Amino acid sequence: MIRYIGTKLWQSALTLVLASLVVFIGVRQLPGDPALAMAGEDASPEVLAAVRTQLGLDQPLVNQYLTFVGNILRGDFGNSTRTGTPVVDLIGTTLPVTMWLSVYAIVVAIVVGVAFGVIAERFRGRWPEWITNGFALVGLSVPNFWLGILAILYLAVTLGWFPASGYVDVLTDPVRGIYYLTLPAMILGTALAAVIMRQTRASMIETMNTDYVRTARAKGLGRGRVLVKYGLRNSLIVVITIVGLQLGGLISGAVVTERIFALPGFGKLTLDAVFTRDYPVIQAVVLVITVSYILINLAVDVLYSVANPRIRVGGSN
Amino acid sequence: MLQDVKETPLPILQVRNLEVSFGAVPVLHQVSFDVQKGERVAIVGQSGSGKSTTVAAILRLLPGLGQISRGEILLDGLDLADATERQLRTVRGRRIGLVPQDPMSNLNPSMKVGAQIADTLWGAGMRNRAEIKARAVELMAEAGIPDAERRYGQFPHEFSGGMRQRMLIAIALAGEPELLIADEPTSALDVTVQRQILNHLQTLVDARGTSLLFITHDLGLAADRCDRIIVMADGRIVEVGTPAEILLNPQEEYTKALVAAAPSLSPEPPSTSTSTGAPAAVVPDTSSKAVPILVVKDLVKEFKLRGQRGGIVRAVDGVSFAVERGTTTAVVGESGSGKTTLARIILGLESQTSGETLIKGQSLSASGSAERRALRRMVQPVFQNPYGSLDPTYSIERLIDEPLRIFGVGTKESRQRRVAELLDNVALPRSIAQRRPNELSGGQRQRVAIARALALDPELIICDEAVSALDVLVQDAVLTLLGDLQDNLGLTYLFITHDLAVVRQIAHNVVVMKSGRIIENGGVDQVFLAPQADYTKELLGAIPGAAFAR
Repeated sequence: MIRYIGTKLWQSALTLVLASLVVFIGVRQLPGDPALAMAGEDASPEVLAAVRTQLGLDQPLVNQYLTFVGNILRGDFGNSTRTGTPVVDLIGTTLPVTMWLSVYAIVVAIVVGVAFGVIAERFRGRWPEWITNGFALVGLSVPNFWLGILAILYLAVTLGWFPASGYVDVLTDPVRGIYYLTLPAMILGTALAAVIMRQTRASMIETMNTDYVRTARAKGLGRGRVLVKYGLRNSLIVVITIVGLQLGGLISGAVVTERIFALPGFGKLTLDAVFTRDYPVIQAVVLVITVSYILINLAVDVLYSVANPRIRVGGSN
Repeated sequence: MLQDVKETPLPILQVRNLEVSFGAVPVLHQVSFDVQKGERVAIVGQSGSGKSTTVAAILRLLPGLGQISRGEILLDGLDLADATERQLRTVRGRRIGLVPQDPMSNLNPSMKVGAQIADTLWGAGMRNRAEIKARAVELMAEAGIPDAERRYGQFPHEFSGGMRQRMLIAIALAGEPELLIADEPTSALDVTVQRQILNHLQTLVDARGTSLLFITHDLGLAADRCDRIIVMADGRIVEVGTPAEILLNPQEEYTKALVAAAPSLSPEPPSTSTSTGAPAAVVPDTSSKAVPILVVKDLVKEFKLRGQRGGIVRAVDGVSFAVERGTTTAVVGESGSGKTTLARIILGLESQTSGETLIKGQSLSASGSAERRALRRMVQPVFQNPYGSLDPTYSIERLIDEPLRIFGVGTKESRQRRVAELLDNVALPRSIAQRRPNELSGGQRQRVAIARALALDPELIICDEAVSALDVLVQDAVLTLLGDLQDNLGLTYLFITHDLAVVRQIAHNVVVMKSGRIIENGGVDQVFLAPQADYTKELLGAIPGAAFAR
């Protein structure tokens, strides 16, 4: 198990180095000159040269890359070219918003998705399945900005159940914080919930028809116990894999959702940076997203090996 | 009243006029039988005979659309056919235990084996965790699992097939049931393991006074293990009797055919058997007597073990033997004996680590590619699984003429004629040519596989467990076909099998393998009647039904 995680960590580190390279080269390939953007359109050649020296742009690329990596390792992402604020501070204030939103959305998606999936299997061909299938269809086919607008219109404005926008820090005021995030999290989690529901349903149908489920029933176990310990437990192995693959989509979904609900999150920071060519921020944002993606996948791999003992014990298999 | 009960005790299980249907299709018709207390009853039948459906109906675990349309299943007066789910839960596990068929698929892969026994104990009403664990370990030890305390915390994939079946037996007995249903409990296991496990099961059942309902396709096994045999076919009971009555004096035509076809019950070697032609008649023709068709010399195949640096396993370890033209040589061994690897090397699907394979005196590895192609044409395979070895998207004609296309033999018309001829050879109607494999039965598919193997006029056919997946009647028919083809076409067979009873029926020579080595090698009579090696004796002793051999 430890060896397995060790291998995964090593692979993750490698991915990270590659990602930093891609980001570094990618940003330098973007049209436009950062020095020009920083110094202004009508700066004199001397000023431009000075800015270049200051940014280290006159150094060979290899040196620039090493400086870039070295700074990152020291936690220095540079300053925003737009506001002059250290990028680290910008990330520090926006990242928690997005993290809370994503975690909340994942929890909602898993709870709703797995529950609906089990219901759909249990009541195959009857009305509860039609409802859950309808939900999955809507969740998968309707874009979440549209769902978000509808939710604001009906659940927030007309019914007044939820606030239409705004953010309260979850750590300072957990109750209101979670209340404010509920609607965005529901919207962000819908598509994922739909995928999880369909996957759970499909793999439950398969698992509940296996020999070991029949054997479990022949032991005299109750339906609930068979469903959870024999059915769901084995179905979730497949579900976890799918969830892992889908989480990347959650990050891009967060960008849109934050925009709709005017949340001061990472997505908003990313969009603003892209529109104003704020290169240090873009670099940092892409790296942070990469790191979170890698961490999420690592977590999924570990979870997967917990759920599936055949992976855990063999190590080499 | 009490007096009555004492004289003729009520049967523990009474099945009365049971009828089961799947949707509108009836599959069981008027099935009635009793199981007495402490009695061992076998239900014998081929696939589709309804024996497993009967079991599923008793436990009320019929799959899909299956339902009991009529009849009663009385367990001590409680009608299971009519019981509620709640009542059934008190019956399953606690009063009726089930040992299911396939040990590989019947344990929850993501749950420790100990917890899977503990579940049953919990279901049977035990609540104290320490007591449950102690009892579970005790049950595992009783079922013959060594080091039970440690293995309690292991997962199913860490157990061999035989050990998993022991686990399933332990699970079935955990609730102290009055009736144990064993549904083909050992058909997926090697004969020696099968014997150990059944002996053990019998001991446990006898010690507890449990009644046993034993479901099997193997008449010999049923006769060895049970007091009474129920023969089923097409969802009906054909005949009921003691083992001696059924095997030595069967009344119904179907039972007679079944007894005649059971290979373990016909000890006659092929020298006097009518079905396969006498070996004396197929003595190798003089022209090729000098050069055996196949010679295997000091063959070694090593596999690297995964995850272990430098770990090597010798699947085939210094094997040498020769096969004469026109004879059948059986390579016998249990799983892991290296027999399949041997077959794959001879077919050229695998390369040897060292040693040599000579076909008609020519070495497969030393020849140039054109010569190797020519040699390969002479050797054709028939594999075990008739469902997996035929591409379901091809027509039968396309499947059979595949080798002809590969070797660019003939025109379209001549190939069509050849396919028709081959279908005649394997006794299939020509009209079958345009159909697809999934429209055929297992036996028909295996005939197609044989026709395909014959397409290139090969001289040596490697049958890798070619009849193991087939029901006895079908198996018998395919073996007869193979014998006829040998007589007519002068074919040579290398017959890879785990089933000694089949060997007796078809082979002239036997090679017994264990752990990659040859344990014994000789003529079929010599090996069967005067085995030298202890392992061979053990294998022969494990063949069920020997006591009733005619």
